[in-house]
Amino acid sequence: MRILCCVKRVAAPGAKINVTADGLAVDASHLGFATSPHEECGVEEAVRLTERHGGEVTVLTLGPPEAAEQLRYAASVGAHHGVLVATDGSAWDPQRTAAALTEAIRDLEAADGPFDLLVFGNESADSGGFQVGVRVAYALGRPIVNGIKGIEADLETDGGVVRARREIDGGFEVYELPMPAAVGVKEGINLPRYPTMRGRLASKKLEIAELSSEAQPGGQSLVRLHRPRETVTETEILGNGPEAAAAVVDVLADLGVL
Amino acid sequence: MLLVVLEHDRGAMDEAAREALTFGRDLAAQMGAPLHAALIGADDADLVAEAGAFGAEAVYTVVSDVLADFGPEAWGEAAAELIRRLEPGAVLAGGSERGNEIMAQVAARLDLPMVANCIEVQPDSGAGEWTMTRQQWGGSLLEDARLASERPLLTTGLHTMAAEPAPSAVEPVAEAVDIDLDPSLARTVVKDRVVLEAGVTLSTAPVVIGGGRGVGSPEAFAPLEELAAMLGGRVGCSRAVTNNGWRPHSDQVGQTGTRITPEIYIASGISGAIQHWVGAKASKHILAINIDPEANMVVKADWAVIADLHEVIPAIAEEIKRRRA
Ligand SMILES: Cc1cc2nc3c(=O)[nH]c(=O)nc-3n(C[C@H](O)[C@H](O)[C@H](O)COP(=O)(O)OP(=O)(O)OC[C@H]3O[C@@H](n4cnc5c(N)ncnc54)[C@H](O)[C@@H]3O)c2cc1C
Ligand SMILES: Nc1ncnc2c1ncn2[C@@H]1O[C@H](COP(=O)(O)O)[C@@H](O)[C@H]1O
Repeated sequence: MRILCCVKRVAAPGAKINVTADGLAVDASHLGFATSPHEECGVEEAVRLTERHGGEVTVLTLGPPEAAEQLRYAASVGAHHGVLVATDGSAWDPQRTAAALTEAIRDLEAADGPFDLLVFGNESADSGGFQVGVRVAYALGRPIVNGIKGIEADLETDGGVVRARREIDGGFEVYELPMPAAVGVKEGINLPRYPTMRGRLASKKLEIAELSSEAQPGGQSLVRLHRPRETVTETEILGNGPEAAAAVVDVLADLGVL
Repeated sequence: MLLVVLEHDRGAMDEAAREALTFGRDLAAQMGAPLHAALIGADDADLVAEAGAFGAEAVYTVVSDVLADFGPEAWGEAAAELIRRLEPGAVLAGGSERGNEIMAQVAARLDLPMVANCIEVQPDSGAGEWTMTRQQWGGSLLEDARLASERPLLTTGLHTMAAEPAPSAVEPVAEAVDIDLDPSLARTVVKDRVVLEAGVTLSTAPVVIGGGRGVGSPEAFAPLEELAAMLGGRVGCSRAVTNNGWRPHSDQVGQTGTRITPEIYIASGISGAIQHWVGAKASKHILAINIDPEANMVVKADWAVIADLHEVIPAIAEEIKRRRA
């Protein structure tokens, strides 16, 4: 299988998210960066599918040059190729991002043939636009379903079918997409592996293909980021040991949940 | 007209759709436009009446073989075609997973911008732009945005507003719209549905007993399980726990897990990172158990016990047994 995963580099904040003085970005000066969690699971799923069925995984990201780190991380856990569409680091709106990714995938497919499966995250962890994957899949004429927490590829039936599971309250739904297909996956579809020593070495040698994009801004533009107003809570300390149990049960009784 | 695309599951209206109608009433008034609704894959008098109770003056229904069950492409194309014909001033859907997915399909098909998870929207006041505040980071951060579009496509932030019926219900005009849908759109329609557990789930449980890295091992969740069972609740956990493989991801609370809304959330051994907090904050009450009095979870909780959870949780279970005996 030839599989393409789209991943986004995002900051990894802790107890709160700080914003830069101009209000246009998350202040990441004291933060690390990571791959958006849904997409990290997407890469793992793609690698597992190629381990089962053969083939190769290409990881594509649009972001600042530093996003190469996320491509190298993907290589350290088994991805084969990395492609970067470099930006100046400013936030691109969803239409522009989708247009650039579509263009990049067309170029990659023109050179090496079609991908059987495109893997996106259900939504990016930071901007959370809930749309880039759907826009790209539509532009390329691929069927796509979001919210996927299980994938099985059947390469024999009717030229290839992807069976995908979507979690619903208390169970799951099953979809069957003809290949070439696309999915938006969610964390929990698997438990991503950690890089091995060999993986780390491979990632250092990864050759990253660089593409550029002329995609024009879409209709949505960022004015300012700010933190939501939080109500200040006066925490009542019920105790400092197991003897607090009686006070806890009083609370449960008062709330009527006993 | 402001058109609200209603999410329903096999004839049951989704809470997110009620929230969108509630929000839409206000927005339509600001636009000076009537509130209409679209019902895809169902021609159901109860759903139409419910939309009316929330203020929709007209409800367009689209039924077809390919719409009999949920399918993002078929539902998206049906909504897109309805929009091409009706030319509404703006379109709104609830910010559930499906609501966002259908709107993304509409946006792709009509090549229009879409703004997801809005909590405030101001229509164009003549400057050619709408402005809105939307959620980023699952609600941990807000974005003020501008939108230049002939037809704004918006979704509302999930559970950021309470669904309320209109002060006076209207009897909506129901209009069946005939749309020819290509049978190939059935390629993404639900094939099968498997129900594994009936009864309370993490998102509906009245009590959630949460465990984080502080629990220490998969086995050490047993007392949390026991306490949850005694209270008719469920065990939840942090991402540190699922990442360690101690619990399945379906137990995870947070930005990339489940958003819980119990009467009380007892969060033990959880630091309260922002991505966990956004999944927990809709709980009506929060009690934190932590050895660290400065932990974010403790600071934000209504009540806290500053102690080792391994001692406190069994003691709570014992106390409940004693009182029930
Ligand atoms: C994009 C993104 C999305 C994320 N999504 C989620 C999400 O959906 N859900 C989520 O939970 N996290 C999420 N995270 C991870 C999050 O940032 C934190 O890393 C995680 O929540 C930490 O889990 P924790 O509180 O269990 O662990 P820690 O932060 O390590 O906290 C452990 C706590 O246990 C306490 N403790 C230790 N021992 C005991 C004891 N014996 N008794 C009592 N208390 C004790 C400690 O004082 C501490 O407060 C996400 C991160 C990113 C970047
Ligand atoms: N800058 C980007 N680079 C690569 N993939 C992206 C980028 N932005 C979004 N995506 C993909 O599109 C999905 C949905 O993003 P969004 O519409 O921002 O929620 C993400 O989970 C990624 O798989």
